[in-house]
Amino acid sequence: VSVHPNDIARRARVASLGLAAIIVTLLGAFFKTQVVQHDRYKLQSQENRLRAIPLPAPRGIIYDRNKNIIAENLPGYSVSIFPPNVDSLRAALAQLSTVITLTPDQVDQAVRRYRRDPNRPTVIISDASFDVISVLEEHRVNFPRLIIQSVPKRFYPDGPSVASFVGYTGEITDADLNSNQYEGYKPGQLIGKGGLEREYEKDLRGREGVRYDEVDARGRLVRQAGPRVDLNPEPAPPLYTNIDMDLQRYTAQIFGDSLQGGAIAIDPRDGGVLALYSAPSYDVNRFTGGIPADYWKTLLSDDRHPLVNKVTQGRYPPGSTFKLATAVTGMQNGVVSLDEHMPVPCTGGFQYGNRYFKCWDKRGHGDISLARAIEVSCDVYFYQLGLKIGLSKLLAGGVSLEMRDKSGIDLPDEKRALWPYAVDYYNKTYGPRGWSNSVTLNLAIGQGENAQTVVNMAKFYAALATDGTAPTPELVHRKPERKRIFQLTPAQMDGLRKALAGVVQSGTAQASRIQGVMLAGKTGTAQTGKRVEGVELNHAWFVGFAPADNPTIVVAVMLEFGGHGTRAAHIASAMISHYLKVTPVTAVETEG
Amino acid sequence: MLRNTVVDYPLAITALLLSLFGVAIVYSAGQTDIPTFVAPLWKSQALWLAIAVGCAWAIGSSSVRLIEWATWPAYLLTLALLAVLLVIGKGGGTAASTKSWIAIGGHRLGQPSELAKITVVLMLAKVLAERREAPKSLLELWKPALAVGIPWLLIMLQPDLGTGIVFVGVFFGMLFWSGVPWPLLLLLASPVVSLVLSFSTGLWGAWFLVLLALVLWYKPYLVEGIVLMVANVATGVIAPIIWEKLAPYQQNRLKVFLDPSADPRASGYHVIQSKIAIGSGGLFGKGFTLGTQKRSGFLPEQHTDFIFAVVGEELGFIGVTIALSLFLALMLRCTRIASRANDSFGGLAAFGLMSLWLVHIIVNVGMTLNLMPITGIPLPFFSYGGSFMLASWLAVGILLRISGEGRGRAGSLLS
Repeated sequence: VSVHPNDIARRARVASLGLAAIIVTLLGAFFKTQVVQHDRYKLQSQENRLRAIPLPAPRGIIYDRNKNIIAENLPGYSVSIFPPNVDSLRAALAQLSTVITLTPDQVDQAVRRYRRDPNRPTVIISDASFDVISVLEEHRVNFPRLIIQSVPKRFYPDGPSVASFVGYTGEITDADLNSNQYEGYKPGQLIGKGGLEREYEKDLRGREGVRYDEVDARGRLVRQAGPRVDLNPEPAPPLYTNIDMDLQRYTAQIFGDSLQGGAIAIDPRDGGVLALYSAPSYDVNRFTGGIPADYWKTLLSDDRHPLVNKVTQGRYPPGSTFKLATAVTGMQNGVVSLDEHMPVPCTGGFQYGNRYFKCWDKRGHGDISLARAIEVSCDVYFYQLGLKIGLSKLLAGGVSLEMRDKSGIDLPDEKRALWPYAVDYYNKTYGPRGWSNSVTLNLAIGQGENAQTVVNMAKFYAALATDGTAPTPELVHRKPERKRIFQLTPAQMDGLRKALAGVVQSGTAQASRIQGVMLAGKTGTAQTGKRVEGVELNHAWFVGFAPADNPTIVVAVMLEFGGHGTRAAHIASAMISHYLKVTPVTAVETEG
Repeated sequence: MLRNTVVDYPLAITALLLSLFGVAIVYSAGQTDIPTFVAPLWKSQALWLAIAVGCAWAIGSSSVRLIEWATWPAYLLTLALLAVLLVIGKGGGTAASTKSWIAIGGHRLGQPSELAKITVVLMLAKVLAERREAPKSLLELWKPALAVGIPWLLIMLQPDLGTGIVFVGVFFGMLFWSGVPWPLLLLLASPVVSLVLSFSTGLWGAWFLVLLALVLWYKPYLVEGIVLMVANVATGVIAPIIWEKLAPYQQNRLKVFLDPSADPRASGYHVIQSKIAIGSGGLFGKGFTLGTQKRSGFLPEQHTDFIFAVVGEELGFIGVTIALSLFLALMLRCTRIASRANDSFGGLAAFGLMSLWLVHIIVNVGMTLNLMPITGIPLPFFSYGGSFMLASWLAVGILLRISGEGRGRAGSLLS
């Protein structure tokens, strides 16, 4: 070791300088952090202790036209947790499941929600029962990060009666979160899942509030309301609909448990939907807070398809109700007038080429006018009318009558009606030689390649009930929209309505007459090809309006496999008389 | 009762001020919104301080010769304890899986590695002091290397990376004081530098060229030069393999050192919260015991590893400056004692003990600001813990003794 005093003194100087340099460097680093960057870290230390608890906003209340409640909010409870990481979330869930029952599905879902947004409380149970809450409150100390919140819970006072249009709410899915439509939504939030709830999600969704709790590092509450001001949730404004709950309930009641089909009532003057019902229905309140798996399975496996909206999503051959479309097309093309007769009188059938086309009444209707043909729904007359119009004009007429469009009703997932766009359709589908002109005959009486939704038929009849302009059916009262789909003289319109009134007065729907009100409408019996014990199960249609001279309500009723149209006519007339507050005349049932 | 000598009051008073400051901060560390086990620890820390000062006084009453004579037995005892630890050692605190505690009947008595730091310094001083001339080649360093290498290996087997780093730092500090030329120190350190740089091939390549130039200029023995270059290549190549062998928590600590936000809720959490605490303290701090980061429990290990963050948060930059100035004064005093020592052993021991504190201060304080990786080594006089308090004051006692026997006036602040 070099022990010369000069060497030692030199080393001591170097060491002292080095020490001073190290300490000064450290002080410089502290100066940068504590003085230069102070504001940044001060803010971070404040936010550190604050836990933002989102406060869900109540959704807008949905009212009918008379301020009856269709959808409202009841107090409910949600259970969520603020975990620092996935592992501790799993640990907390495992610990929770010793106190309350948690399904593996709920656990998986909670983990997925956490992964989506770790900075939000992870919802474990979105709609907890009071029993669960009281058990959890008892064990509160063991779960410092648990948040038990009172949250608004959707309730539909007339659950099954309104299920077909109101929809329901549910937690936003991963797919939704990824889509642009739900930008700004957070996992665990509720969104409208169908019907009005989904269609008017933007209007019904309130503005989420936030509460700042001051917590310690383990998430234990130190005091509520930290240095930041809480923001109260803002409820959404109410949504007013055109629905008449009285008529809606009545409609649900007529359908009962046994009938299967759909009915819609609209005001032809503005397109307002008065009632919309699809049978069988389901209890939409059971969907709130997560659909129970067994209930969902039951609904899915039911061969009557309760989850398919028979009014907007079911497509059925319209049968004789379509004859009015054939008549309108003929009159618009100038090939027929209301009192015009066809060359061949009805003798119960019509020979075309090598095929014999039957009339529904094998006794025959004789030599009749168009007006009478509508009343008695004579197939033979319409076969000839169709041929007279010609296939291409018949198809063009249907297209302009919007028979291959959506009605535009404000409900999600409406199906488009089916109708060939032109003759070309047949060439493309069957090849130029693969079909014959006999399709014209079928199309003219509402059979063949024609499938309409109930709502679209109601829309067409609303045009018949007024002046040839069809209103867009609207559940929520907005700006009424109308579009002209055909142009006839007032006299012609009058004549058509009289003929339709004749259907009920002396035609196929005589049994559905209403005392004091002129009811106009058309029955339809559409072949389905489905047979039970040799008897064909047909779809029963009735589309009509009342009062015939100044219509204020259009009703379309369709009964799946419901037999003859008269059954549908009964329901329609009951709905109309209920709405117009008149009693139907019980008339003698006629063969129809 | 120091014989024939004057007490080095500047050293004693500085150490005492730091210790009292430390106990006060341990007290504050226990003041949280929701009381934890930390709350009463300041009392036992104060008790340990009293015991430690007593021990320092006893050592200070002995003589340097006695200390030198006791070095061999103390060193062998230390090795024996460290070896025994590997079999019966217990984990503690945040490092529950390691074997750094000695325990009897479930009671943890202490961490022998803290005391080992002192004995290794003394042993190194003894070995280095035996030489007449400063080592001129690496081969001449085999004895000091062995003296520090054996306990280092035993400690790395616990494993205790922090203490391992301390040994390396002390080794280099004492070689410097013994007069080893700086190019030799650099060559000695080169395998470690290679290890660090091996993660980037380009950097490592550049370093290798610099090293080559250094070897050609300094001209060590041929064998030595070749061994050095081979060692550099070896560490550069095996580093990634060692990385694979590291425990995940060790890997994490290094990774988080490079980027704390990589894992903000787990390993990076400590560093982020510590920086927030210090930064939010500002110039004057939030006031003694009033640090919100600490009170709400966001600051981890606030009474041990991250105790300096409490100083930063509650006493601000002013408090930090006072604390670091006291440390600087202490270490400058040590350097002065080392230069005044009347023999090589005393000087080397004094400088070694100073190096010991220096490494602790740099690593611990640097860690709170993310300037250093988290290695979990305590801050002298501040961090809660009896063994280290005792070790620090034993060092003070030895330094007092060396100072007392040294040349010139002990009382003067500047030489």
